[in-house]
Amino acid sequence: MITQSVTLTINGQPFTAQVEPRLLLVHFLREVAGLTGTHIGCDTTSCGACTVLVNGVPAKSCTMFAVQVDGAEIRTVEGLEQNGELHPVQEGFFQEHGLQCGFCTPGMMMTAVALLGQNPDPSEDEIRRAISGNLCRCTGYVNIVKSIQYAGRKMRTAQTQPVPAAASAEGGQP
Amino acid sequence: MTSANPPITGMGHSVKRKEDPRFLRGKGNYVDDVKLPGMLYMDIVRSPYAHAKIVNIDASKALALPGVLAVITGKDLDAAGLAWMPTLMSDKQMVLPVDRVVYQAQEVAAVIATERYIAADAITLVDVEYEPLQPVVDPKKALEPDAPLVRPDREAKTNHIWHWEAGDAAQTDAIFQQAEVIVKEDLYIPRIHVSSIETCGCVASFDRISGKLTIYMTTQAPHAIRTVFSLVSGIPEHHIRIISPDIGGGFGGKVPVYPGYVIATVAALQTGHPIKWIEDRSENLQADSFARDYHISAELAANRDGTMRALRVRTLADHGAFDAAANPSKFPAGLFSICTGSYQLEAAHVEVDGVYTNKPSGGVAYRCSFRVTEAVHTIERMVDRLAQELKVDPADVRMKNFIQPEQFPYKSATGWEYDSGNYPATFTKALDKIGYAELRREQAEKRARGELMGIGISTFTEIVGAGPSHTFDILGIKMFDSCEIRVHPTGSAIVRIGVQSQGQGHETTFAQIVAEELGLPVDNIVVEHGDTDTAPYGLGTYASRSTPVAGAATAVAARKIREKARHIAAHLLEVDPNDLEWANYQFQVKGVPGKAVTMKDIAFAAYTNHPQGMEAGLEAVDYYDPPNLTFPFGAYICVVDIDRGTGVVKIRRFLAVDDCGNIINPMIVDGQIHGGLTMGMAPALLEAITYDENGNIQQANFMDYLLPTSMETPAWETDKTVTPSPHHPFGAKGVGESATVGAPPAIANAVVDALAHLGVTHMDIPVTPWKVYQVLQEHGAAEP
Repeated sequence: MITQSVTLTINGQPFTAQVEPRLLLVHFLREVAGLTGTHIGCDTTSCGACTVLVNGVPAKSCTMFAVQVDGAEIRTVEGLEQNGELHPVQEGFFQEHGLQCGFCTPGMMMTAVALLGQNPDPSEDEIRRAISGNLCRCTGYVNIVKSIQYAGRKMRTAQTQPVPAAASAEGGQP
Repeated sequence: MTSANPPITGMGHSVKRKEDPRFLRGKGNYVDDVKLPGMLYMDIVRSPYAHAKIVNIDASKALALPGVLAVITGKDLDAAGLAWMPTLMSDKQMVLPVDRVVYQAQEVAAVIATERYIAADAITLVDVEYEPLQPVVDPKKALEPDAPLVRPDREAKTNHIWHWEAGDAAQTDAIFQQAEVIVKEDLYIPRIHVSSIETCGCVASFDRISGKLTIYMTTQAPHAIRTVFSLVSGIPEHHIRIISPDIGGGFGGKVPVYPGYVIATVAALQTGHPIKWIEDRSENLQADSFARDYHISAELAANRDGTMRALRVRTLADHGAFDAAANPSKFPAGLFSICTGSYQLEAAHVEVDGVYTNKPSGGVAYRCSFRVTEAVHTIERMVDRLAQELKVDPADVRMKNFIQPEQFPYKSATGWEYDSGNYPATFTKALDKIGYAELRREQAEKRARGELMGIGISTFTEIVGAGPSHTFDILGIKMFDSCEIRVHPTGSAIVRIGVQSQGQGHETTFAQIVAEELGLPVDNIVVEHGDTDTAPYGLGTYASRSTPVAGAATAVAARKIREKARHIAAHLLEVDPNDLEWANYQFQVKGVPGKAVTMKDIAFAAYTNHPQGMEAGLEAVDYYDPPNLTFPFGAYICVVDIDRGTGVVKIRRFLAVDDCGNIINPMIVDGQIHGGLTMGMAPALLEAITYDENGNIQQANFMDYLLPTSMETPAWETDKTVTPSPHHPFGAKGVGESATVGAPPAIANAVVDALAHLGVTHMDIPVTPWKVYQVLQEHGAAEP
């Protein structure tokens, strides 16, 4: 078996492994690096459950070889929380009930993080277009849109305390 | 004695979900996240043919590949008596075939290897020699005398599986003979697939020393699976532990036992290593359980004034090669006989014939409450068909024929006793809220300009919460459900339930039930489920039964605890138990609210200062056998615009007014309705599984099988009315599937309504742009 050395920066930490050239990035992350937050939902780049950020750009890691992105900065769902504080997108999904079974959620949130990085105040239509490559079977997208809007508000105002949710919200910290 | 407590936040509060913190951080534990020491990987060789004899299987090349440990075939399983397994519907199905395959992508052999990729390599090296046979894919042709026999293993040499009927044929015929108006329509409800974003899989592990078999499995019904595995394998039930970890969506597709689970288990027993098997999407789409596939012929008899009188329905149900549906045992067609809907009918007669074809097992589930989706589609389309025939507004026909609030409990023409309802109030709310009259005016204006706008209505009745044990069982196991509550000395509690969440939020809502009943803060209550070693026995989560059945068990168990708590409170307050009342989440002396003890005080006393002669501790178990089903209902109104140049149907507005009785968590109920509506829209506009004449599936991946994205899905509008169930302990009814059941006919009716002036009376779902454009062309209404 021919292997090749791959070095990625995953969530800020360098990670090197000797892998087969055919190893998919999603399997590198899940099986080699042990980061199982990135999920697999299809084999055809259709569902987006495997979405991670590659050098800041959302990419579907189930149709990308690990060797293809040698040297890249990878950000996964595990890298969203910083110093014990949730990313505004994570907080938005919690406050606005943007997830049910949670399986599509990591990929969905990574797409949202990339969107808000480029466009801090997206319209509903812009949000829907941005997440159109991420399938969710549970939520009907309504609350996902609200979650991303919440995160946008929070990031724009850079408040430290939770901003009011659009949905009636009660109690609880994630 | 009382101390400051966090808020109770019981019933009716939008409590944030307890399960979210792990999911938001990528720390959920789904089955593919389970990794055990020494674990091996399994992959499956599948049939390219829909119908073929297996002449030979040569695994030598696969076995020669470094890393491959075993290739398992049907002959290996046959030697252990496991080549076939029972289905939930008194049929049997192949685990691995010995001599023939009966649908495309059927499991033919399994490879066990040290690595996932090696297993995937090895399946291409297993040489299977087939002798193709003529398949039968059309259920009508399957009933012809010279049709290929799908199941020669059965005694009866026919593709007909069973005949089932409900209602009164003679009375129905009599009304039809003298009816003033009869409308008739053939409806095909296509085969569809649930496609939860997580596919199915398992990790099976056998401990030779303890003799214990542990299987992490994507299952909605872990307890029933344990019992079935024990009965089939002979392994004592206490030596089997099924763990249903976090589940990435179920929707009914994770109720059945798939061959992969069984093969992985056999491999774990044989190799002594844990075995992981995870389907990929194309396997999941091609081979796992399918829903619907009902060929329906419906007739509705009425008076000229619009009074509905009788309904006659004949149906051919395509069940694929094995009758592996997941219906209660006595209901091979599920609860399809609810097809008289929300309307008063003098009589009805419903017949269904199950048929084998060379396709994977159908009739399983798609968030459908046991065939209620097909029933609702039938009646809601036929009501519109009648309105069109009589040239009256479909809203008026519905209003005229509704079962009235004072008629509940109402005995339907097919024998169901509807527990409660207020159909006119809910429908009126929907009509007012969406501005129905104004929409009709707008439609008339647009129609005059040549624009196509449609308004569709669905005023459906659901039937969920199976069910009373006198009628409902699965493989003989009665469809009760269970809860076990243990209150700790410092006033927190652990709750274990017999049902299993696949995203519904049970860890939150079941804690809220207990919080409400016991007056303990929701934050101090932990809910566990899905592990057969620790949770009480239950039938699992499907058909919207968790809240109606296990939710009821939870309330009743909590009330048992409260009754014991009353005696401890009396002891603490030195009064007679009868002098106490439960108010403000505490026991207080009647008329003296200041003299009270909280559940926290009582819990501590239960372990430190309980009355002499009373057992210590504070816990209870309840196995709840519901006295009846519950009947949620709703009024949905859909507004569509149709593009005459492309045939694209655009949902402009969709309002869902639901009545699911008393609500535990409004945020979660809203989320369930949003998701259900989306899974109702999917088969109405996008999803269908079809086969060519050779039995080749034509939608084997997400490029061809179109799940709704954020672009097609509208911003759903929701509202509610509350008609509590009179027999449920806290008046709830269940809501998970109402929207999936109710939405498709609202959309189909809107499309037909948009085209009605052209003479269109019916369109089968999915109403794809291609189909619509063809209709527009036929009627000279297409724009080039």
